Amino acid sequence: MKGHTETEGKTVNKDFTLNTARLTARPSGALWWQEHRLLCVSDLHLGKSERAARRGGALLPPYDSRETLSRLSAEVALTQPDTVICLGDSFDDLTAAAALTSEITEGLNTLMAGRKWIWIEGNHDPGPIEMGGKHLAEWAQGPLTFRHIAAPKAQGEVSGHYHPKAAVAGRYRPAFLRDEARVILPAFGAYTGGLRAGDTALSGLMQARATALLTGKRIVECPLTP
Amino acid sequence: MADLHNRMHGMCIGCAWLVHRFFAGFPASRDKICSPYVSNCAPRAIITLMTALPAPLASWIAAQGWSLHPHQTQMLRRADQPAMLLIAPTGGGKTLAGFLPSLAELCSCDHSGLHTLYVSPLKALASDIKRNLLRPVQEANLPIRIEDRTGDTSATVKKRQRADPPHILLTTPESLALLLSYEDAPRMFAGLQRVVIDEIHALAESKRGDQLMLALTRLQALRPGLRRVGLSATVEDPPAIAKLLANHPDSCPILTADPGPPADISMLQTDLIPPWSGNGGGYAIADILREVAAHKTTLIFHNTRAQAEIFFHNLWLANTDDLPIGIHHGSLDRSQRERVEAAMTTGALRAVVCTGTLDLGIDWGDVDLIIQVGAPKNVKRLVQRIGRANHCYNAPSKAILVPANRFEVIECQAALEAAAAGDLDGEPRGPGPRDVLCQHILIAACSGPFDADALFAEVTTAGAYAALSRADFDACLEFCATGGYALRAYDKWQRLQQRADGTWQLRDPRAAQRIRMNIGTIQDTDTLKVRLKNRGGGRPLGEVEEAFAATLTKGDTFLIGGQIVRYEGLRELTVEVSRTATKSPRIATFMGTKFATSTQLSERILLMLSREDWPDLPAATRDWMHLQKSTSKMPRADRLLVETFPLEGRHYTCFYGFAGRNAQQTLGLLLTQRMERQALDPLGFVATDYATLIWGLEPLQDAPSLLDAADLRAGFDHWLAGNAVMKRTFKTSATIAGLIERRSPTAKKSGRQATFSSDILYDTLLKYDPEHLLMQITREEAQRGLVDFGRIEDLLLRIQGRIDHVTLPSLSPFAAPLLLEVGRVPVMGEGQERLIAAQAERLMAEAGLG
Repeated sequence: MKGHTETEGKTVNKDFTLNTARLTARPSGALWWQEHRLLCVSDLHLGKSERAARRGGALLPPYDSRETLSRLSAEVALTQPDTVICLGDSFDDLTAAAALTSEITEGLNTLMAGRKWIWIEGNHDPGPIEMGGKHLAEWAQGPLTFRHIAAPKAQGEVSGHYHPKAAVAGRYRPAFLRDEARVILPAFGAYTGGLRAGDTALSGLMQARATALLTGKRIVECPLTP
Repeated sequence: MADLHNRMHGMCIGCAWLVHRFFAGFPASRDKICSPYVSNCAPRAIITLMTALPAPLASWIAAQGWSLHPHQTQMLRRADQPAMLLIAPTGGGKTLAGFLPSLAELCSCDHSGLHTLYVSPLKALASDIKRNLLRPVQEANLPIRIEDRTGDTSATVKKRQRADPPHILLTTPESLALLLSYEDAPRMFAGLQRVVIDEIHALAESKRGDQLMLALTRLQALRPGLRRVGLSATVEDPPAIAKLLANHPDSCPILTADPGPPADISMLQTDLIPPWSGNGGGYAIADILREVAAHKTTLIFHNTRAQAEIFFHNLWLANTDDLPIGIHHGSLDRSQRERVEAAMTTGALRAVVCTGTLDLGIDWGDVDLIIQVGAPKNVKRLVQRIGRANHCYNAPSKAILVPANRFEVIECQAALEAAAAGDLDGEPRGPGPRDVLCQHILIAACSGPFDADALFAEVTTAGAYAALSRADFDACLEFCATGGYALRAYDKWQRLQQRADGTWQLRDPRAAQRIRMNIGTIQDTDTLKVRLKNRGGGRPLGEVEEAFAATLTKGDTFLIGGQIVRYEGLRELTVEVSRTATKSPRIATFMGTKFATSTQLSERILLMLSREDWPDLPAATRDWMHLQKSTSKMPRADRLLVETFPLEGRHYTCFYGFAGRNAQQTLGLLLTQRMERQALDPLGFVATDYATLIWGLEPLQDAPSLLDAADLRAGFDHWLAGNAVMKRTFKTSATIAGLIERRSPTAKKSGRQATFSSDILYDTLLKYDPEHLLMQITREEAQRGLVDFGRIEDLLLRIQGRIDHVTLPSLSPFAAPLLLEVGRVPVMGEGQERLIAAQAERLMAEAGLG
């Protein structure tokens, strides 16, 4: 199985080129780089419900890590990547990472087995954790650089952090934002909200002809500023 | 338009008149003509007054030339009742009746600290009452301190009030709940004698009332001798409200004031024929303006904000005499609303176009005419609205109904008959909702450790919770403590922990702040502020729903506050607009929910339809009904009329269920789903209060197979799970129960991406924990309200499988208006995805990015 899936004869993915790299935006919110058989996801926020409870907040349904893991497992099963990169904020905080149930850690270990796995550090998880795989602040591969928070002048950058979302016909959905210089990934975690693509924090980063790739049943591309 | 806004600026409030209204005793300088009743009673009333009232107050009232109504003296006499419900029409001085015993007691004994707590559903009402009470207190030099406490009260004053409470505190259910969450609540309420609940009929219809009654159980536990008084407008079932108010199992006597002369209600006399469909009443604007000109002050009620906006806009275009007319509804900015309110109280406005936000008993001014545009949907609300027009207690209220279309002509006639017969409607409320109980448990925990047995005993003294089982209570406690999930994840991080002595307390005391920030049961929709874009930051105009804002693109024009504005862009959480010279707005304002016609009114309509002839109805409507009778059949109460007919290459089916808009909408969703399965290829449907019209590619042959009750119910359960209305219902309950925080201490700092949609929680629970307490509550709520499956059940029960399936060569007279209805629902699924894809493609092409 390669990075493309077909539903009713229509392509659900969207291919695009970034700094000569041929990339695929997947409806799940994951990014696929066929040349390196590389799967990239951002902002998993594993352990989010546990952290909220620890801090005296609401007791959210404690199924978010299970749900996120099951989505990630499905993507890995579909794409069979050689490399997986988690672009930061993989854990809601370092304590949450340490407190993950064995069900989740074993699930992650199964996914990591037999492939290269890179944890990029994010603002929520700024240190190494007791988990296999490499822990890096950022990682460069050919024409691309993978980091958590976009650097304003970067070229060929893949980042996350902002949880972008965009709307067509009145419905907001998590979305990739892309232009000639960068792509910003939507959050992959179950309990994650979104920042409107029109927010100045995001529109300031993106070029004039940037587009949003809405996730959902299939990727839908639309201009960032109509 | 700008002219009107200028006129509305700089008006002051004259409160002498208000105080006069408030006492509604009599006779004062104004309105002498309409007080025969009170003058007759005056001698006796004054004697009572002299004996029961302390001298300074009695002589002050006498000096005004006023006397008390019989029900006011009654309330004074029966001041020692543990609970009393007073039912009096608007303008009957019922608020004073509630306060008289407090004023008397506070004058005659040296009470220190809080004596009386007054709770009203509106902040504005609390400050209104304070103004009115202060005058006699100051002028008669009574030793009484009166203060209000609402969301608008400053933090300094609030803090001081807790340490040193006034004699009379005027507040709202939410502010009271907050007060009870503090550890010092027992001290603050230590001397409390009486609680007065104003507009209890309005509170009784919502979860705010449930929360208030639970708060009363706490107060009663703190002060066992506490006396309760409820003040209500005319309602269909006073004993039901008395039961809510009583300290269960004690009873609560009801005192009914003289209702005054019956109202003068009529349908608008016009030569114009109402349109086939639509809700706006625009056709009657010239006639309505004539009525406005002929009266002092007119309130023009609409059923939705959008209709009020459109009507106001058109009214203004036709208002060549420049009559000062304002608009007032809940989506307008507060400063705008306050300007209109101030102008009304001074009598500077001749009319106000408004919605239900003006329903409650604030004295806005000298209103002498109520116009209801669109069918009233609910007779009780109509009667209460009309009560607003009797600017003196003993003069009949005057109201004119303006049906917006022909079906509504029938409905208005049925409402007139119901009002004349005093046949009010109301859906009985079920047992006390458990989401409110969850919040109550959390509030109790904030105030200190509690004993579960004692709290359960306390809660069941509230009428709505009297039948609550211990198991249900424990489930709510479990939810508050651990989340109540099938997966026991929070043993370490419980929200509530049981101490060694068996009592429950917050594990993390910091949680108290978060819980307090989220107290209340009012659900604010996700709205965005609308501002005029200019250098100075822009004047706020009001709010629109987030979902509506998301449909706007630059250059779109829409109506708000009676102005047409142009959408310029979204800046953070504000919709920026500019003024525009366009004549007609391109997009309707807000979606909003519509009221469904009540069960009782629907029954009356069906009863009317069964008559041989309708001489009371306007000729056009009457002819239309006779035509329906001769070409098809009349819908009947004990049967379901189903019509099928072809039109322009489509096959139409119409189900006349008369189950109200929400239920007919749900019926449409269920039936199209079943028609899809029968390969009838339905394309869409539209629902009104009376019927559901479905169109598709194949004709319906077998109507009974579609309407099998068991199949419908099974389809309902399945459909419900994934329904958007269900998710909205879940969000409401989850917010009240404390699972979703509307406000959090860190929200401001971390920005929008910190919050995520409640739909995600719903989907997660549906997948991993479908029997969770909140899912149970959500399903229970869905039986009522927007989904209203309960009324579909009633319909099926009513018809018992008796279906009149009429096959017609072309559309029927009754189906014709349905074809023109807006709010068509496409049959969803892959279609929606394709729609999005097509629009995105177009946008890409337009932007040259394709």
